[in-house]
Amino acid sequence: MSDTVRPETEDALAAFVAEADSKALPLDIRGGGTKRALGRPTQTGATIDLSGLTGITLYEPSELVIAARAGTPVADVEAALAENGQHLAFEPMDYRHLYGMNGGSSTIGAVAACNISGPRRIMTGAARDSLIGVRLVNGKGEAVKSGGRVMKNVTGYDLVKLMAGAHGTLGILTEVTFKVLPKPEAALTLVYAGLADEKAREAMSEALGSPFEITGAAHLPGDPARTLLRIEGFPQSLDYRAGELTRDLKRFGTPERLETEASETEWQAIRDVVPLAAPTERAVWRISTAPTRGPAVAAAISNRIDAAYYFDWGGGLIWLACAAEGDAGAAIIREALGGKGHATLVRAPDDIRAAVDVFEPQPDALMALTKGVKTTFDPGGILNPGRMYAGV
Amino acid sequence: MTLIAMPEADPTVLARRADIVKELKRFLPETSIIVSEDERRAYDTDALTAYRQLPMVVVLPETTEQVSEILGFCNAEGIKVVARGAGTSLAGGALPAEDAIVIGVSKMNQVLDVDFDNRTARVQAGITNIGISNAVAHAGFFYAPDPSSQLACTIAGNVAMNSGGAHCLKYGVTTNNVLGVKAVLIDGTVVEVGGDWLDAAGYDWLGLLIGSEGQLAIVTEVTVRLLRTAEGARPILLGFDRVETAGACVSDIIASGIIPVAIEYMDKPAIKVCESFAHAGYPLDVEALLIVEVEGSDDEIEFYLDKITAIAEKHAPQSLKVSQSEAESAAIWKGRKAAFGAIGRVSDYMCMDGTIPTGQLPHVLKRISEICESYDLGVANIFHAGDGNLHPLVLYNMNDPAEMVKVEECGAEILKLCVEVGGCLTGEHGVGIEKRELMTHQFDQVDLDQQMALKGVFDPQWLLNPAKVFPLANRPKPAQTGQRVAA
Ligand SMILES: Cc1cc2nc3c(=O)[nH]c(=O)nc-3n(C[C@H](O)[C@H](O)[C@H](O)COP(=O)(O)OP(=O)(O)OC[C@H]3O[C@@H](n4cnc5c(N)ncnc54)[C@H](O)[C@@H]3O)c2cc1C
Repeated sequence: MSDTVRPETEDALAAFVAEADSKALPLDIRGGGTKRALGRPTQTGATIDLSGLTGITLYEPSELVIAARAGTPVADVEAALAENGQHLAFEPMDYRHLYGMNGGSSTIGAVAACNISGPRRIMTGAARDSLIGVRLVNGKGEAVKSGGRVMKNVTGYDLVKLMAGAHGTLGILTEVTFKVLPKPEAALTLVYAGLADEKAREAMSEALGSPFEITGAAHLPGDPARTLLRIEGFPQSLDYRAGELTRDLKRFGTPERLETEASETEWQAIRDVVPLAAPTERAVWRISTAPTRGPAVAAAISNRIDAAYYFDWGGGLIWLACAAEGDAGAAIIREALGGKGHATLVRAPDDIRAAVDVFEPQPDALMALTKGVKTTFDPGGILNPGRMYAGV
Repeated sequence: MTLIAMPEADPTVLARRADIVKELKRFLPETSIIVSEDERRAYDTDALTAYRQLPMVVVLPETTEQVSEILGFCNAEGIKVVARGAGTSLAGGALPAEDAIVIGVSKMNQVLDVDFDNRTARVQAGITNIGISNAVAHAGFFYAPDPSSQLACTIAGNVAMNSGGAHCLKYGVTTNNVLGVKAVLIDGTVVEVGGDWLDAAGYDWLGLLIGSEGQLAIVTEVTVRLLRTAEGARPILLGFDRVETAGACVSDIIASGIIPVAIEYMDKPAIKVCESFAHAGYPLDVEALLIVEVEGSDDEIEFYLDKITAIAEKHAPQSLKVSQSEAESAAIWKGRKAAFGAIGRVSDYMCMDGTIPTGQLPHVLKRISEICESYDLGVANIFHAGDGNLHPLVLYNMNDPAEMVKVEECGAEILKLCVEVGGCLTGEHGVGIEKRELMTHQFDQVDLDQQMALKGVFDPQWLLNPAKVFPLANRPKPAQTGQRVAA
């Protein structure tokens, strides 16, 4: 067991990191701890617990902006937004189902650091697209800021984006600022039954290429297979759009309609990978590719290993579960992708995640840049060392 | 006389000019190398025309391989490089240096691949912004970010500046609409980042490259997201007798849960000039005009316009007019998109680009007119109100050296004001040379050091567009900025 420190200010955190850097003490950075199993297992000397850095620091509903200290539970941020009829449009996934956790809460800092998005990503962008400002402490113990609280900002390099998805390997986020959107008043989901994967992909491509603003497009193979298309907005506009879509997609059948609440339950499950959460001992992959390649990639994998899977993002995001044995299917999955996309092993026992490339291996030139960039932020290599790539 | 200094040219490079041109002929056909002073003249400035500098030589490569060879050569020889798209930067981003080779990407202007099923297009970097939308319009698609300069500016320049446009309120800016790039590093290595899928692997290289102002790599191909055109769109014109009221109306619209596709603002001086140019039917007797555009089916448009009208009426607008036809809508947008050009025909101007929290609009607009008055300079305001991205055009006479100094001081004061109220120096035009020395007002040295260290990783010798973005003082010595990237 390593020591845990729980700083309550950015200054205290910076001072501690500077000291850790001077002692070459590797640090495990922890928000709510719900995503500890995401990434490669790390060997660290101390844990930084960010639960002391909490609180919403700015919220201007009429300017569509919210800022919070990194340790603030996502639930708190969402509750504050909901009071004003707003939300985080990118619909961050909750990993607790996948990791079989009942308690705990994800933090807003981790949502930014891991660039956690959900089904609505196809319409409103990922977490990184809504993230407009960060404060962070780098591996030298320096407090750095980038971006700000305004919607458009190209002043200097966009370190905000670089932080999103760096999984805490470049800096410890202390405060994050997000652009928010009005929460749609109503939602409606059309459910088509019995489509084979490729047929479903066609239906989703057609819907996504329509002017009717699809905010969710998922396909769950099974008996019967279900293909879901979500539209959101003012109730007055939903009927019209659903009607047009139903007509345009007539050749795919007659859809069942799920109204707001039923629709929400359905998309929450898709977002949180509930369909693949059990059996809990299986490995789970998150595979990203172009929608038109999705069905073929899934088929190429499931022809060779026993896999259960479903599609989000119109077919471009494949969630896939397979046996947590050997390399948990890594070689076969990456061969099926053929470099046109990437695969992340989001659930597997520690020993497998230590042995397998959890994140897609990068070409040499990008790996060299990865190491170079890491060195500028964290020359001592003390922040979540090895979490994304060995030696980074 | 101008205020912004350029670093001194390297005499040893200048002395080798003839040899350098000869070397370039190894990788490029003669037609791609521009040597004569007359022809180089066409590249001596961008849309920040107060600054001019002839480059040493201009090359117009046709392939990624040629770009790679040129960069490999420049890196080995320690020669500076300034990438160039169409030269419409308003920040001096494409301003050459005397000892630099300008690499123009204008010959690489093809659409390589359009994929409607996946809603992506892969294009060469020198294609114009409108060229992408034109190539996919027949199928009802478009590329969303629409800078007013879209007829001329290239996707390369858009990527370098992370450009925005009038319709970014709903659709986001360049960084939200690009899925992949092919780029050449200074040592000639070609890298591909992302592709035709939604989230690229690893660190967010796209996020870092987009907006890096040609300082990290030269982009040769871009994969963009295509969007389906809405069924219909219609603007409404709202005129107010007070600037403050227009600002309050913007806040109320956004707070109501409607996100229009665009909310554009013009003040009286701008309205006058644009109306006489475009005959769009702008009201001439108001102090502030909002162009609010909504999209959807006819019914949806009605519904949104009713809501917006109800909100606007609470602010007692002096005029309220919904566009009645496509021709009228086109004229309304023509006036807005031609605004800078129309004003340019009346006076020289310096275009500011700060962003502020929208709640600060009334206060900041008032302060801007006070600041300009104190310098005895005129100002016209035309900007993206929905996201608080201001474009005060400060009017002056470029041929009067004293006014040149005055306008830069005045502009600096306006931008500092934007930062003071919680905003930033530049919302979409970039830092370039124009805002370079103001960076210390927004960032501490630690913040700047972190950014400059990244430049050092990509470009250890600081050869790519080095005179831009970072204040000249307190720069690291190139050798100390980072580790050389292994080839
Ligand atoms: C009338 C007018 C209206 C405008 N309206 C808008 C607007 O609404 N929104 C907006 O955002 N901007 C606007 N601009 C600014 C300008 O058009 C944008 O910054 C545009 O993106 C520049 O594109 P360009 O092709 O002209 O690039 P250039 O001006 O040639 O270059 C811009 C920058 O890009 C770099 N660069 C060029 N090519 C490459 C490459 N291949 N690889 C790497 N770096 C490269 C250059 O070094 C330079 O730093 C406007 C400008 C004018 C003159």
